Amino acid sequence: MIELQLDRVSRDFDLPGGGTYRVLEDISFDVETGAFVAIVGPSGCGKSTLLNVAAGLLSPTSGQVQSGGTPLAGLNRRATYLFQQDALLPWKSVRDNVALGLTLAGAPRAEAAARAAEWLGRVGLSPFAAHYPAQLSGGMRKRVAMAQHWIIDRSLMLMDEPFSALDVHTRQRMETELLALWEGADAAAATTPATAGERKTVLFVTHDLEEAIALADEVVVLSAGPASRIVARHRVTLDRPRDVMDLRTMPAFVDLYGAVWSVLRAEVRKSQQSPGGRHA
Amino acid sequence: MREAKEHSRRLVLFWQAVVGLLILGLWQGLVSLKLLDPFFVSRPNDIVRRIGTWMRAGTLWMHLSVTLEESVLGLVAGAALGIGFGFALARSPMLARVLDPYIRMLNAIPRVVLAPLFLLWFGLGIWSKVALAVTLVFFVMFFNTYQGVRDASQVLIDNVRMLGATERQLVRHVLVPSALTWIFSSLHTSLGFAVVGAVVGEYLGSTRGLGYVIQQAEGTFDTTGVFAGMTVLAVVVLMISAGVARLERWLLRWK
Repeated sequence: MIELQLDRVSRDFDLPGGGTYRVLEDISFDVETGAFVAIVGPSGCGKSTLLNVAAGLLSPTSGQVQSGGTPLAGLNRRATYLFQQDALLPWKSVRDNVALGLTLAGAPRAEAAARAAEWLGRVGLSPFAAHYPAQLSGGMRKRVAMAQHWIIDRSLMLMDEPFSALDVHTRQRMETELLALWEGADAAAATTPATAGERKTVLFVTHDLEEAIALADEVVVLSAGPASRIVARHRVTLDRPRDVMDLRTMPAFVDLYGAVWSVLRAEVRKSQQSPGGRHA
Repeated sequence: MREAKEHSRRLVLFWQAVVGLLILGLWQGLVSLKLLDPFFVSRPNDIVRRIGTWMRAGTLWMHLSVTLEESVLGLVAGAALGIGFGFALARSPMLARVLDPYIRMLNAIPRVVLAPLFLLWFGLGIWSKVALAVTLVFFVMFFNTYQGVRDASQVLIDNVRMLGATERQLVRHVLVPSALTWIFSSLHTSLGFAVVGAVVGEYLGSTRGLGYVIQQAEGTFDTTGVFAGMTVLAVVVLMISAGVARLERWLLRWK
């Protein structure tokens, strides 16, 4: 089954001085249900724009997005979105932040609290339930954000460089935890029988190729902006479950890295020469 | 850490007391040495005695309660209107653009010139003073609420929308708390303005209230009465302000 389908999607932005700036050009690809797809590209190539279009926060200038087989109109209700920036509500406690999606959907207080507690346990933050986000470290806040999105149990998870602001070690830990959550999604989803046994589909944007290969089933490379296109798609056939820490020295990993990097490097070079390269 | 904080708080309190005593001592001393004429500047001990006289006679409480009532009504009504309009305009850019010149015009009017009009419209009682306080409080609250709502982070908004929030839930869980920071930082200013509105209103035409007391004292060149009235006002505003600060600390405890 196809979870997400982009069909000849282009997106323009209006320039302040008039005229338009084309960010995405003619992007078409499918994401199969349960797949982990990473999107890499030089900075300014419109990776975030692509996610915003998939989330329904932006509508494509032309082309169509299908989510779960139906054309997307408005917000994508099958998706959640882990943002690059901190998006926890600073005035709510960790527990209330995790429970937020359930509260918004009108779940009874007791049930929301119980499930939030369960999820806090899963991300190892039970002792911090009553803390406010400002009292946590960056890595802890990311874990809260993961729990906040995972708890509402949507089939598609959009992630926009979620770990890019973290230091290398915290980052590897978060990657490991993300994979554990995703691979163990069968067990996690057991509380909600409707989706039990189904792995979530993940669309993961990053500028870090190592991260992309370590996590994903498939790596999609975007060209330098403006008017980014898909320049390459690579299958990642490394075995699962994977150990993010050991993976990076394995020959299969190194080979794949070399192959994708040769494509990506050319785009990074271009982005550094073109004036659009600094465009976020 | 906490001990250091407590220590510095005490140090500040100590020096605040020193500054206050120094000013009062200088004032009292200069008058005693006949370098200042008590007819123009009165004397701290006379002022304290006068406040004591008012307290015993009970007139202080009567006037103070009238002024406070007007201030509180003005503050509540002004805040409600200001916050309401602030939200409405922040959520509707079209409305904001249409009303923008009118809001600027109204805000540019010196409130003192409105006082006689309000006396005419609402009479000599408390409502003309409440109206004056409202015109002052409204704009402070309005501008801060407007800014606070506009200032709400786009990522927070997108995030709760992705989590399934409706427009109403968005307002409740993101926009209101985000604006609260701004609203509270303006509450101290608004409080001062509410009292100013009430007192100026009383000063220009009334039969009760601290503004009336000060105006009567000025009419008879009774500088002690004027200073006593000002002192009472200052102390009361300081006390209410401390209460607001406590409330703010509790509401914004997540910071």
